[in-house]
Amino acid sequence: MQTPKVLGGIDFGLMDPETYRDMSATKVITADTYDDDGYPIDMGLMDPRLGVIDPGLECRTCGSHSGSCNGHFGHIELAAPVIHVGFTKLIRRLLRSTCRECGRLALDEAQRDEFRERYERAEELGDDQHDVLKAAVRQARKASTCPFCGEPQADIKHEKPTTYYEVQDVLSGEYSERIAAAMQPDEEEDDPGTSPQELAEKTDIALDRINEIMAGEFRPRKEDRRAIEKALDLDLTEEDMNKLMPSDIRDWFEDIPDEDLEVLGIDSQDSRPEWMILTVLPVPPVTTRPSITLDNGQRSEDDLTHKLVDIIRINQRFMENREAGAPQLIIEDLWELLQYHVTTFVDNEISGTPPARHRSGRPLKTLSQRLKGKEGRFRGSLSGKRVNFSARTVISPDPTLSLNEVGVPDRVATEMTQTLNVTERNVEEARQYVRNGPEAHPGANYVRRPDGRRLKVTEKNCEELAEKVEADWEVNRHLVDGDIVIFNRQPSLHRMSIMAHEVVVMPYKTFRLNTVVCPPYNADFDGDEMNMHALQNEEARAEARVLMRVQEQILSPRFGGNIIGAIQDHISGTYLLTHSNPQFTETQALDLLRATRVDELPEADGVDDDGREYWTGQTLFSELLPDDLSLHFSSSTGDDVVIENGQLVEGTIDEDAVGAFGGEVVDTLTKEYGETRSRIFINEIASLAMRAIMHFGFSIGIDDESIPPEAEEQVDDAIESAYERVQELIATYEAGELESLPGRGVDETLEMKIMQTLGKARDSAGEIADQHFGDDNPAVVMARSGARGSMLNLTQMAGSVGQQAVRGERINRGYEDRTLSHYRANDLSAEAHGFVENSYRGGLTPEEFFFHAMGGREGLVDTAVRTSKSGYLQRRLINALSELEAQYDGSVRDTSGRIVQFEFGEDGTSPVKVSSGEGDGIDVDGIVDRVVDAEFSSDDEKERFLGERTPATNLSEHTGPGGTKATETGVESDD
Amino acid sequence: MTEYEHVTDDMEAVVEATELPPRLKTEVYEALDRKAAESDVTIEQATDIATGVENRYIETRVDPLDPVGTVSAQSIGEPGTQMTMNTFHYAGVAEIDVTQGLPRLIELVDARKTPDTPMMTVHLDGEYATDREKAHEVVWSIEATRILALGDVSTNVADMLVRIDLNDDTLLERWPTHSDPSEVAAIIAETIEDSLGVNTRQSGTVVEFGPSEPSYRELLQLVERLREIVFKGIEEIERVVIRKEEIDGDEEFVLYTEGSAFGDTLDIEGVDASRTTCNNIHEIYRNLGVEAARETIIDETKNTLEEQGLDDVNVRHLMLVADIMTNNGEIDSIGRHGISGSKDSVLARAAFEVTVNHLLDAAIHGEYDELDGVIENVIAGKPISLGTGDVDLRMGSRVVSDD
Ligand SMILES: [Mg+2]
Ligand SMILES: [Zn+2]
Ligand SMILES: [Zn+2]
Repeated sequence: MQTPKVLGGIDFGLMDPETYRDMSATKVITADTYDDDGYPIDMGLMDPRLGVIDPGLECRTCGSHSGSCNGHFGHIELAAPVIHVGFTKLIRRLLRSTCRECGRLALDEAQRDEFRERYERAEELGDDQHDVLKAAVRQARKASTCPFCGEPQADIKHEKPTTYYEVQDVLSGEYSERIAAAMQPDEEEDDPGTSPQELAEKTDIALDRINEIMAGEFRPRKEDRRAIEKALDLDLTEEDMNKLMPSDIRDWFEDIPDEDLEVLGIDSQDSRPEWMILTVLPVPPVTTRPSITLDNGQRSEDDLTHKLVDIIRINQRFMENREAGAPQLIIEDLWELLQYHVTTFVDNEISGTPPARHRSGRPLKTLSQRLKGKEGRFRGSLSGKRVNFSARTVISPDPTLSLNEVGVPDRVATEMTQTLNVTERNVEEARQYVRNGPEAHPGANYVRRPDGRRLKVTEKNCEELAEKVEADWEVNRHLVDGDIVIFNRQPSLHRMSIMAHEVVVMPYKTFRLNTVVCPPYNADFDGDEMNMHALQNEEARAEARVLMRVQEQILSPRFGGNIIGAIQDHISGTYLLTHSNPQFTETQALDLLRATRVDELPEADGVDDDGREYWTGQTLFSELLPDDLSLHFSSSTGDDVVIENGQLVEGTIDEDAVGAFGGEVVDTLTKEYGETRSRIFINEIASLAMRAIMHFGFSIGIDDESIPPEAEEQVDDAIESAYERVQELIATYEAGELESLPGRGVDETLEMKIMQTLGKARDSAGEIADQHFGDDNPAVVMARSGARGSMLNLTQMAGSVGQQAVRGERINRGYEDRTLSHYRANDLSAEAHGFVENSYRGGLTPEEFFFHAMGGREGLVDTAVRTSKSGYLQRRLINALSELEAQYDGSVRDTSGRIVQFEFGEDGTSPVKVSSGEGDGIDVDGIVDRVVDAEFSSDDEKERFLGERTPATNLSEHTGPGGTKATETGVESDD
Repeated sequence: MTEYEHVTDDMEAVVEATELPPRLKTEVYEALDRKAAESDVTIEQATDIATGVENRYIETRVDPLDPVGTVSAQSIGEPGTQMTMNTFHYAGVAEIDVTQGLPRLIELVDARKTPDTPMMTVHLDGEYATDREKAHEVVWSIEATRILALGDVSTNVADMLVRIDLNDDTLLERWPTHSDPSEVAAIIAETIEDSLGVNTRQSGTVVEFGPSEPSYRELLQLVERLREIVFKGIEEIERVVIRKEEIDGDEEFVLYTEGSAFGDTLDIEGVDASRTTCNNIHEIYRNLGVEAARETIIDETKNTLEEQGLDDVNVRHLMLVADIMTNNGEIDSIGRHGISGSKDSVLARAAFEVTVNHLLDAAIHGEYDELDGVIENVIAGKPISLGTGDVDLRMGSRVVSDD
């Protein structure tokens, strides 16, 4: 077996043409790919020396078959050098800053030293070195002559993308006309004009010569030209653009000495600038551009292959034409065409260059496009990889599962496998898996013999194969109950979006979860899908069990409280169970507790009128609490909750007690009694609550929001009087008597006051409605207990929906001076600007409905914008902070060792273990008072309080220590 | 011997033997001292207390090798999905609009040079804080006073004159050190001469001036430019709102400004520089240094989250973000132009944004990727050096030795 190699580092640089040739498996000279028989053509783009993609064929370079051969580069000898588009800016910079004659950087020694020093300083300080380089280029560009050889420097014009010109001022072709025009007398300007004699005198040029020049028979030399220009105050030059061919540039760059490149921050060893001009084009291996065979047997080539075909065709035409001695114009055209194809081969999204297109009109995806963007190589295939052993399906709830478990459909379990290393001790078990075959669960899909051969288990060979299985074999068995898998719901916004669960294999097609894990995943069951990953080595499985299991994630690091706990109906259930403390008969009580560990009822709370024993809801709830738990807090319902020694003495158990997002009881249990105890409690409270809500029955219908006619009248009155007040405000405003609030205009003030008035109207409508709802109204129960919904929802259903707003204001848009054509222009009244006086139950008028839709639409748009913005924010935050890690010394450093914090969060306190608002979470005074003033009832309690031992981690629902399924139910395992 | 009366040497020995940091030891001493003053505390109890506190301390430490960076990033990013997008929201001061919610959070981590809605909270010193008149003096030296706030401007086209009728009361109110309005009018006239380059005629509280040569266009332009002149206060500050607030049981005046000029404001007499703040982190950085900038980033992000009802986010996460933003000694943004763009690793930069350019530049500069970071190693298919990947511990078979 080959020793796996570990990547130590990656060196970046340019390659020189000789290296391209050396590493090339073959020169590619023909644009054809396959011959008539479908075999790849020699020295073509699909040459088998470049690697193989068809199964069965052998690579002619390394001898391996497709799948094990990574492919090999080939090369094309370009007929003429072409520019690499990625480096056009740098090429421009080099042309401008170096001498066209001797190639040296046009900076004298002092300037070089200065820039070299600045560059090093920038590197040390972590500043942008690019700025220094740019400054050096700018400085060098200023030189009009080379400080080394004295050659005058022409300006360089860059025509995007890949054309460069030298710009020189040369004598204009119409110099004689221009001189004559300047010498003409101009009567209007009172200019007498210049005679040739005068000009000769002024310029010190012989008169004959002047005459010749004026006749256009003699081109004045530079000095004479300057003299004439000065004398006549005119410009005789025009810009001459001399195109620099890539070959010229290449020659130029070859002259640049290594030490000059260092000043410009170019690595002269690995990246000589002339290598930016390509003379040899590497041909990527066939494996990077596999062709696909369509259904009709036709081959469809990859975009890169198409591009390479173009390059080879033009390259050939170029060579043929040059050999045939074609005119320069044709050669230049072909050269440009070759440049175009190489350019688009590298990057097909260059502005100003039409992208190369597929026959169908779709722009080709060439090298840069393969790397870029979300679906590109970097973000799409390197940072995020596709994996085996994963499954995805719809999720549905299952309250009988533990929160640590996940229901896995049998058809998933038979597909995902775990490797079982066969030993003497499990050989029978292993054989049984194989014997069951690939279809029956729990079976096996593959076996691996000690010699490394992998055999597929089939329905036919399973019996036979099972007998052959011995120690040292490997069996890929199906997932079975108790296996650990990773479960994930996207978007994975925090670490609780990926947790480890224990498998429970189940029939049907969905993944099943306990509903208490919905909050961390942010999952619901309206069609959400989730992903499951089966772990493939012991290390990963151990880490998943110890660190990633759901019960280890009960506390959220964001706020240090529990994120897993009772939700929705669980809360309604515990509310109903404890709020008015109802009584239950023995049968009822046992039924309520049937899915918990409790199998014996405590002493009855009393005897009812019929002489039967009864138990109260609070007593039953207390059965789930540890015996030494004492807590005081106030509930969301508004009463004080007192728990003493594991007994709920008074108070309602609702969201603030057992809810996800910081329910007191769950939070305390997790922090003081450990994750395992907390998991048991959450599981049990969820099932007790479900039993309770089923006992009482709980539903909501349209009648639950109806209020008596007299209440409706009161609501109408309240709204009517608000309308009157609004009218008064408008009248004051129109009379110009409205006093504006400080810092606001009158218009704004009016709007604010109207909004206020109408807001109050809605609230009073709500209050009126509230008075008519009993405490047992299901909507009220849900709102009070924190299960779902709010009193505002109820107000809107029964009282009045209220003001609709767009951008925080009353609705003001629509037609000119009015919102809808139903209203008069400039109507400022409540109803014309989106006040919905009806309730949802009563029904909205068409106008109200329309305004309501406007407000609703804004909400939808807001959500859409928000998800994309916050997703990007999240990506940036993660990217910036991902390297930070707490160290053994308590400091926070990045992976290269740079210290960011000397102590995490200034005091080293873990955000998971301490709630956000609690400072460092150490209540010294509390500890002192407790130790000195109160006896501990037991050593256990003392130990728990002083925290001398952390409870042993329970690793599975099925094995100890701590609470397991077996001990939870008090039933001994059967096997 | 400690300075605590009731803490015995034995107790001290017990506490000193713990791993607690000085901060917590002091707290334990104080608590013991308080308790021992009321009732007897045995040495056993003191030992229990010390171990109790120590255990609680050890238990609440952040785990070594914890990837705290990612956890903090998630803890700030995740609630971002619950924030509103509505830019304007009425903050504590109803009169001043301040960018809130997600846009503000983005603005902060972007380290934008100027915030969308710059503002300052100016606290006052001594009697300036309690005396309304005095407080107003500070207001007038901060708020930019332009001509329209001082009087009426009219143009006389016939005479080619701009005429300003200044309001006596306003002048005296805004220039409290003067008692004669015409004195103030003289100051105003002078300012106009200096900034417009015209000659003015002043009589009482009326100021007149016109273009040097009669030109209607010139005249209108003069009026336009006149409106821009700041006669008093700081140009950037459009509006100041004064509010009476209760701070630590005392009532005092606090100023809120629309627009910010932190440095200039701190120099103004009556401004309490130690409590005055500004929502532009760069201004804080320029005037008070990088530590103050870090503190401001924490405060501003915290306030932004709290305003949205996300007050449960642990500050330690915000601290880490602020610390990485200021790690260089100056403010770096989170993203392509800041931290992510200046990472050592080519692959990490390429994987974030502008992939191709980073690769090409790396080639030219002959860069070498050491594969230290997280993203590079994910790309290279190696375990990352965080958390369990940072531990050199592996499962292996036991080698049977001879003895
Ligand atoms: Mg859903
Ligand atoms: Zn090969
Ligand atoms: Zn030269």
